[in-house]
Amino acid sequence: MNWILKKISNSKFGNNINKFIAKKFPSKLEQANSKYISCHGMPTDKESLKKNNMVCPECNFHHYISPTSRYNMWFGQNNWLEIKSAEPPSDPYRWEDTKKYIDRLKDAKKTTGQANAILSCEARINNIDVVMSAVDFKFIGGSISMAEGENVLTAVQKAIDKNVPYIFVSASGGMRMMTNILSLMQMTRMTIAINELKAAGLFFGVVVTSPTTGGTAASIVSLSDICVGESGATYAFAGRRIVQAQTPSELPENFQTVEYARNKSGQIDLVLDRKDIYPTLGKILSILLKKNSAIKTVENETTENNKTLTEAS
Amino acid sequence: MKNYLNFESDIKNLEVEIEKLKDPYNQDGLSEIDTKKISQSQEEIDRKLKEIYSNLDPWQITLVARHEDRPKAKFFIDNLFDDFIPLSGDRFYGEDEAVLTGFAKFNEKSVLVIGQEKGDNLETRIERNFGMMRPEGYRKTIRLMKLANKFNIPIISFIDTPGAYPGVGAEERGQAEAIAKSIECCMSLSVPTFAIVIGEGGSGGAIALASSNKVIMLENSIYSVISPEGCATILWRDSKRTLDAAKAMKLSSKDLLELKVIDEIIPEPVGGAHRDRDLILKNVRNSIERNLDEFLSMSGEEVLNHRKDKFLTIGRSKGFVNQSDSLNALSIKKNNINTFLQNFFRSKINLRISIGVIILLGCLIFFL
Ligand SMILES: [Zn+2]
Repeated sequence: MNWILKKISNSKFGNNINKFIAKKFPSKLEQANSKYISCHGMPTDKESLKKNNMVCPECNFHHYISPTSRYNMWFGQNNWLEIKSAEPPSDPYRWEDTKKYIDRLKDAKKTTGQANAILSCEARINNIDVVMSAVDFKFIGGSISMAEGENVLTAVQKAIDKNVPYIFVSASGGMRMMTNILSLMQMTRMTIAINELKAAGLFFGVVVTSPTTGGTAASIVSLSDICVGESGATYAFAGRRIVQAQTPSELPENFQTVEYARNKSGQIDLVLDRKDIYPTLGKILSILLKKNSAIKTVENETTENNKTLTEAS
Repeated sequence: MKNYLNFESDIKNLEVEIEKLKDPYNQDGLSEIDTKKISQSQEEIDRKLKEIYSNLDPWQITLVARHEDRPKAKFFIDNLFDDFIPLSGDRFYGEDEAVLTGFAKFNEKSVLVIGQEKGDNLETRIERNFGMMRPEGYRKTIRLMKLANKFNIPIISFIDTPGAYPGVGAEERGQAEAIAKSIECCMSLSVPTFAIVIGEGGSGGAIALASSNKVIMLENSIYSVISPEGCATILWRDSKRTLDAAKAMKLSSKDLLELKVIDEIIPEPVGGAHRDRDLILKNVRNSIERNLDEFLSMSGEEVLNHRKDKFLTIGRSKGFVNQSDSLNALSIKKNNINTFLQNFFRSKINLRISIGVIILLGCLIFFL
């Protein structure tokens, strides 16, 4: 629910500022079409960022990437298989605020190319079969509703059926308000799935990317066996603004980042740059599952062969 | 001095009048109590209350749910249970007074009682942190829920919180983790668990303890992912449009029963739970008795599966799938008719035969 709290900054006060500076700053559409993106206070070439998986070569800021881009970067374009899930009724509340929820959904589907905010797949990390889910923050703030919950359930079921590890990459504002209580129920439903996964003796890994807050942080994300944070990512339960309202003093620097969660609150095992996450997960999996990577297996075989040869001689 | 909500001003005037009538010596010109007039006014109040409370809009329900005089968790714990032994602390960091927890007897049966307590006056409200639990609160309840599970003791939770506490310390000590682990714990217990929303069921702070076999709501309580104020501010960009938000959010007990998210509504006295505390106690007691009995003959495994199944089914109804066929099934089972049709038409022989039969029938009808 906290992605939404950010939007408070767009309330009256924010609007006035926006009006004041509207002429100086380009619109969203202009930004999307521009060759440049603003980073470390400078226009930065998008193409060079893309080559570097949207990590700024100058300041190491990790710009957002979609689940599809992450899968392509990790596995290669054709080396992952999407897991599709059933679609529950999407708008039982017939919700309408300043905009109809079905229109918001339509827009989100169009811009992200996804059926819901979560994209799940079967793939291999370091030659080890895994099932993965990743959240698309551009899909209504990566908020979780019924379709997203159902997607997680389907993916976890797949992991249990295949007897393989499950990895969840989060970027979510929490539970979606437009399906209110039915969204909230997904916290419990996803937890049931993870409980079943663990009961089957399978590994559950989480990668926290920016931003991960609210009910998503307070359910599936906090239940990992091992939790990796992506450098600089926001990781919180309550939004910074809300916490600041409860606190007379300035909030600590780095407050609610994965670095802070690792060093201060002990909620994250390790923080890694984007490029290091895949190889590290591979190492973790091969150690925990006691499986050697492809190259090492071949080496072992040859040494064994040598042994038998020497023994024979 | 009673507290009145803004839509109760008529009631307030009438009740003030009655107070005056009952105390004639403070009045000029009156020397004896006018019983006839008092009973008339009382009837008028009852009629007005009925009228107002049968037509509450969702925002007014929200105000009733948060009413200062509304009975809180401590009231129910003190009056429904015997030998309540309050137990403190999470054994890691500290104690959280926003939640009362302890073992007790209910009709001679052992139970664990958990109650999110908002406090009754300013002093206790601050002491109880307005019912907003910190991580140590959830860790305390996890610890004691596991203990109850060990001794096969059912758990009754009273839910009344605006939400989990959003403070620096709470964030630092892992509020998100504490809530997640509380849900995880709730979904692993093999004893029957009941959550009764007595006022406000505030988002993650509530579901952390309300992931139970039965979720029950008092008639004028609410349960929601965000407050109407928060929702109005964010989605309508206007904090005053609480009525619009509350209407859209379907946060009342009636709405939630229709959505099949809760199992039961406990009726309240006319004018809200605080207007007749004995009656609300009686209604809550009846509900607990009935629900405890329902699970009496079930095995631990059956109880756990009942709970899992309940939550897995939520949101799948209404044209999606009627019920998950087997327990523990995570993925959705296809509708039986759909599966039949799919399998039937998958084989071409079946299709040809059925077309043949239809043609044959057509011919028969035509020639006869
Ligand atoms: Zn930069």
